[in-house]
Amino acid sequence: MTDARIVAEYAARESYGRLLAWLTARTRDVAAAEDALADAFRAALEHWPKTGAPDSPEAWLLTTARRKLIDQARRARTRDESEPTLVLAAEEADAALLDEREFPDERLKLLFVCAHPAIDKTVRTPLMLQTVLGLDAARIASAFLVAPATMAQRLVRAKRKIKDAGIPFETPEQDEFNARLDDVLDAIYAAYTAGWDAADGADARCGGLTREAIFLARLAVETAPNAPEAHGLVALLLHAEARRNARIVDGRFVALADQDAALWDREMIGTAEQALARAWTFSTAGRFQIEAAIQSAHAAAKLHDRDTRNDILVLYRRLIELAPSIGARVGYAGALAAAGENGDALRALDEVEQNRVNRYQAYWAVRAHVLSALERPDEALAAYTRAIGLCEDNATRDFLRRRMAKLARPDTP
Amino acid sequence: MKYLFLLYNDEDGWEALSSEEKTEVVGAYMAYTEALQKAGAHIASDPLDHSQNGKRVLASSVEDGPFADGKEQLGGYYLIEASNLDDALDWAARCPCAAAGHVEVRPIWNLGG
Repeated sequence: MTDARIVAEYAARESYGRLLAWLTARTRDVAAAEDALADAFRAALEHWPKTGAPDSPEAWLLTTARRKLIDQARRARTRDESEPTLVLAAEEADAALLDEREFPDERLKLLFVCAHPAIDKTVRTPLMLQTVLGLDAARIASAFLVAPATMAQRLVRAKRKIKDAGIPFETPEQDEFNARLDDVLDAIYAAYTAGWDAADGADARCGGLTREAIFLARLAVETAPNAPEAHGLVALLLHAEARRNARIVDGRFVALADQDAALWDREMIGTAEQALARAWTFSTAGRFQIEAAIQSAHAAAKLHDRDTRNDILVLYRRLIELAPSIGARVGYAGALAAAGENGDALRALDEVEQNRVNRYQAYWAVRAHVLSALERPDEALAAYTRAIGLCEDNATRDFLRRRMAKLARPDTP
Repeated sequence: MKYLFLLYNDEDGWEALSSEEKTEVVGAYMAYTEALQKAGAHIASDPLDHSQNGKRVLASSVEDGPFADGKEQLGGYYLIEASNLDDALDWAARCPCAAAGHVEVRPIWNLGG
């Protein structure tokens, strides 16, 4: 990520989330903090071109947003005597900040609020994307294939819940820290996979919010540096992202096994490996660390010409023990097939409850691959058809069609 | 809940395709229909003939097609069963027409209450 535009985008996100977290920590009212911050940004657009940008733009934005919040609270107090706490909190914060240019980073607390057990699972990721990164509801809605009006409504409802239920703006105590952080990391991972399917089960998915997900995962590492799973998630996302240019070439999807490793981002793979090594130092395995280790083994197979198929099988078994998701089970079947154990692969697929795979494209793609290796062409064709029917993009559709054509005429390239 | 998907596409683009490409497109739609059927979501679907063969009846006249001003014409439909709008949009995104043209998703107005 060296491109200047990305750097600027990164800086804006950095400020937005920090400012919103700080304001929300003092008011417990996400929507009010968002409104105040939006007003402050508007005021900046109005004043800065005339007066020049201030020395510390963040401090300026914070002061302005804080004033808006205090005004708002004062108006609320005249209407309703029961609201003075908000004013007190704002004024106290105002005094504390008079001489301070630096303000504390409270984004970790914000992440915990967004992924709080009282917040519906489906809205946790959207809430993070909006509060920490400032993404608008329409953009989030598109990424999750949800109607924009529906998404806006869900976000409003979630923010009201935070306020009304008084969800605490704090880092959980040690005894529940890890479990709660898992919820945070799950929600971040969901941003990465939003609305997308894997084409061959072995490759990680990538959606429209990749950069946002990586930003959030890095934020989790920065703010919770002793959480092994946060490092694991960063490693997993970077491994997948490093293959972006090799995954789609000239509009065609390329399966992991056939990718040109020269197109992989070696620097990013190096960073992913560092993150994974850091995670292992804590000696507490977790889902994301195992998934990252699987991707690391895939990379090593190509880069160092090593046979890692058995390592991958072992890792998948551990992953299924830890988190028996459909994705893990289909990935395991794919790994069995890669190791030449097609009979076992088919059995693993047969064990997946059929009502859960009606729309799971990767399941049908892997099944087709396994059946074709077992020389059961009619069943393989049916599975390919099912996989093609569940595709969302032409690159994947075309990839599966080529595989299917090969099945009918084995000598085609 | 029933939802109607209206498939809008550049119908002249279809004519320009080679027969091999046409087979691919038809194959993609057949696969999609089958995925809907196997999931128990399919109610009905059909492609429509070229819009120039359509007629529009107004209060006191009849007009020949095509009607729309843009390049994309209504070219087919799917009637599906889905548990909610999220579910319907998920299916609509998988329709081959979503990548080639666009799919309008309309909930069926349930007059039965």
